[in-house]
Amino acid sequence: MSSSSNSSNDFITDKYLSWGRIPKVSQEIRYLEWLSDAKFPKSEKSILARGLGRSYGDSCLNENGILLSTELYRRFLDFDEKTGVIRCTAGITLEDILDVALPKGWFLPVSPGTKFVTVGGAIANDVHGKNHHVAGTFGCYVKKMALLRSDNKIYEISPNKEIELYKATIGGLGLTGIILWADIQLVSVKSGFFDGEFIKFSSLDEFFEINKESGKKFDYTVSWLDCASQGENFGRGIYMRANHSQKDFSELPKDPIKLPLIVPFNFPSWTLNNFTVKAFNFAYYNKQFSKFVKKTVHYDPFFYPLDVVKDWNKIYGKNGFYQYQCVVPRDDNDKAIKEVFKTIVESRSASFLAVLKEFGEVKSPGMLSFPAPGITLCLDFINLGEKTVKLLQTLEDLVKGFNGKMYPSKDTCMRGSSFRAFYPNLNEFKKYIDPKISSSFWRRMNNS
Amino acid sequence: MRKIVALGATSLIAQETLKNFAKDKDSFFLIGRNEEKLNEVAKNLEVLGASEVNVKVVKDVCDFKAHQEIINEADKMLSNFDNFFVFYGVLGNQKEMEEDFSKAKELLDVNFISVASFVSIVANKFEKEKRGNIAVISSVAGDRGRQSNYFYGASKGGLSVFLEGLRNRLSFSNVNVLTVKPGFVATPMTAHREKGLLFASADYVGKTIYKAVKKNKNVLYTPCFWWGIMFIVKHIPECIFKKMKM
Ligand SMILES: Cc1cc2nc3c(=O)[nH]c(=O)nc-3n(C[C@H](O)[C@H](O)[C@H](O)COP(=O)(O)OP(=O)(O)OC[C@H]3O[C@@H](n4cnc5c(N)ncnc54)[C@H](O)[C@@H]3O)c2cc1C
Ligand SMILES: NC(=O)c1ccc[n+]([C@@H]2O[C@H](COP(=O)([O-])OP(=O)(O)OC[C@H]3O[C@@H](n4cnc5c(N)ncnc54)[C@H](OP(=O)(O)O)[C@@H]3O)[C@@H](O)[C@H]2O)c1
Repeated sequence: MSSSSNSSNDFITDKYLSWGRIPKVSQEIRYLEWLSDAKFPKSEKSILARGLGRSYGDSCLNENGILLSTELYRRFLDFDEKTGVIRCTAGITLEDILDVALPKGWFLPVSPGTKFVTVGGAIANDVHGKNHHVAGTFGCYVKKMALLRSDNKIYEISPNKEIELYKATIGGLGLTGIILWADIQLVSVKSGFFDGEFIKFSSLDEFFEINKESGKKFDYTVSWLDCASQGENFGRGIYMRANHSQKDFSELPKDPIKLPLIVPFNFPSWTLNNFTVKAFNFAYYNKQFSKFVKKTVHYDPFFYPLDVVKDWNKIYGKNGFYQYQCVVPRDDNDKAIKEVFKTIVESRSASFLAVLKEFGEVKSPGMLSFPAPGITLCLDFINLGEKTVKLLQTLEDLVKGFNGKMYPSKDTCMRGSSFRAFYPNLNEFKKYIDPKISSSFWRRMNNS
Repeated sequence: MRKIVALGATSLIAQETLKNFAKDKDSFFLIGRNEEKLNEVAKNLEVLGASEVNVKVVKDVCDFKAHQEIINEADKMLSNFDNFFVFYGVLGNQKEMEEDFSKAKELLDVNFISVASFVSIVANKFEKEKRGNIAVISSVAGDRGRQSNYFYGASKGGLSVFLEGLRNRLSFSNVNVLTVKPGFVATPMTAHREKGLLFASADYVGKTIYKAVKKNKNVLYTPCFWWGIMFIVKHIPECIFKKMKM
């Protein structure tokens, strides 16, 4: 049963949505299964590869087209335990890599806030993590890839071969071809634990104060921000910073017990309102009693706090939700990010998870890569229809004014004109798009 | 460490089951129809920790005369294997089989007769050695015949009964026989179907099979709620059941 050619195997469904569950679309699903018989799908319709749909907006959707799912294409091809280079098919998840590599002393070089993403997805969005200020993006560690294009040729691309296609594919939103496999350079560690410090701050100014020294001393930094409080609590949060633990095995705490929780269905929409959001933010801020806590933590709760609740996105009910992430360059007194954050808090429609972090200078090879030096802010918005869309557009204009940019993997509303302003390399990138590939995001960018 | 012979090793349920054994550093002899796919599965198991992986191409599992030879070869390669798993199976097209019985016979040969032949050979070996584990993938579809897939159901039902009898015989020789009855699993076999709430991932199913083998279980419904569903289905009186559209 080969994936792409057998048409009796294909079906049309409205069940493959993105993580934010907006928009609702119908697509034909096909599967990539084997490297040895991988063929570019034959069809009149356009094609888009899909990982685990952990992108929030429509960059992993292809309305009325074909999604080529890699969920059944999940195998390792090689692992050099001496150099830490692992070769995996695009459907391998970051969780799979940690499972295999950590016992051998290797760790992910870069990881987003969930381990349930595929290598293909991590490359196509050139994802970043808490260590961006020292390590750069995931794409910086892709040593080689195989890319299947609609001419049915497989291109081996790397920083030395087919360089431009390589650069276009990193952060290329899946538009340059289907990534079949990739070589990832892992980093060597002593254990899966982190020596962390957790510091409460009561204002954005205090955040910047702590941030100044943290970036130099800690490889991993990130902050959670209370986005429900105004007045004297405006801009309060918790700063988290950590390094790979250098402790010996015997000194480490036990692995955390894993209790998977599942959100089995969409919550009714009344469960999320201003009150619950406020309560959550209050509880989160106050769960840490003292101003400063120091402890050794396992990577799971540190990197992937949300992964404990499977399908947590369904808390937002069937209307789904918007996620938003921007980066703005640092300026005098960090006026820009403060302004953006103020607009969000005053809108009173932000939700649980606002995250603030400073990106560093490490340059990604990716042409369309999102991270750039500056402060990045990321959060969820409950879907209140027009009102939310308007707010997102206000933020978009603000960010444009501040010479910042927005992250396609978390976008549902951006206008094409802004996208073109945010990504000046776009015309260069377009040369490498595969003519048979498209996505809902891409069409939206070209039509607005 | 186990020495595992796996038939139908390219099936997704096989891959997901064997992954767990590879992490225990077990050794493998993988049998399937396609060499390149077998090599992909083998490489994955090696990266995951397998001590040794051999592959063997068998184009036609219904070439019964070759069965003994294949088992002998596996035995030689792994110097006396002690675990034997069968994963392969076809779903078939019920309508086509109703009209053309030769198609139904093909399915019965693959899903039941050829498996019974392989397992019989291995049973004799394990019985003599007074140890071993046999695990075979049957299906909940074999628990009761339904109009929509009774050829497939019969092949799996026959297989379940066969394994039940064999388990009885081998219980006196310290050999465990596990009948695996998956419900709906998201694999290439069901790739064309809408995945409802009853669907489980092959990843999950593979883990449960691994645990059941290690615990020397007899029958595994996976996910376990299928035991309840099938309990009810089996107890619907025939006079009502025959009128149901299933
Ligand atoms: C809880 C949570 C936390 C997150 N935290 C972060 C974070 O900290 N940093 C960050 O950068 N991102 C973060 N994200 C976003 C997420 O990491 C990215 O959207 C990621 O790309 C999703 O990967 P996926 O496998 O689900 O791919 P999908 O979302 O399915 O697809 C993403 C893109 O990859 C393309 N693609 C997938 N497979 C292939 C392939 N084989 N070949 C070519 N193209 C392919 C698709 O076409 C699409 O354009 C987070 C998401 C969640 C849900
Ligand atoms: N998926 C479900 O919902 C489900 C439910 C209950 C039981 N099962 C059973 O689970 C087992 C594994 O199936 P799967 O779900 O993992 O699907 P799969 O990945 O499609 O695997 C099917 C396997 O059967 C092999 N096969 C098909 N026809 C064959 C033939 N004529 N001769 C020899 N081998 C043949 C295939 O080999 P190639 O790779 O060479 O094609 C493949 O290895 C099967 O026995 C199936 O009946 C599945």
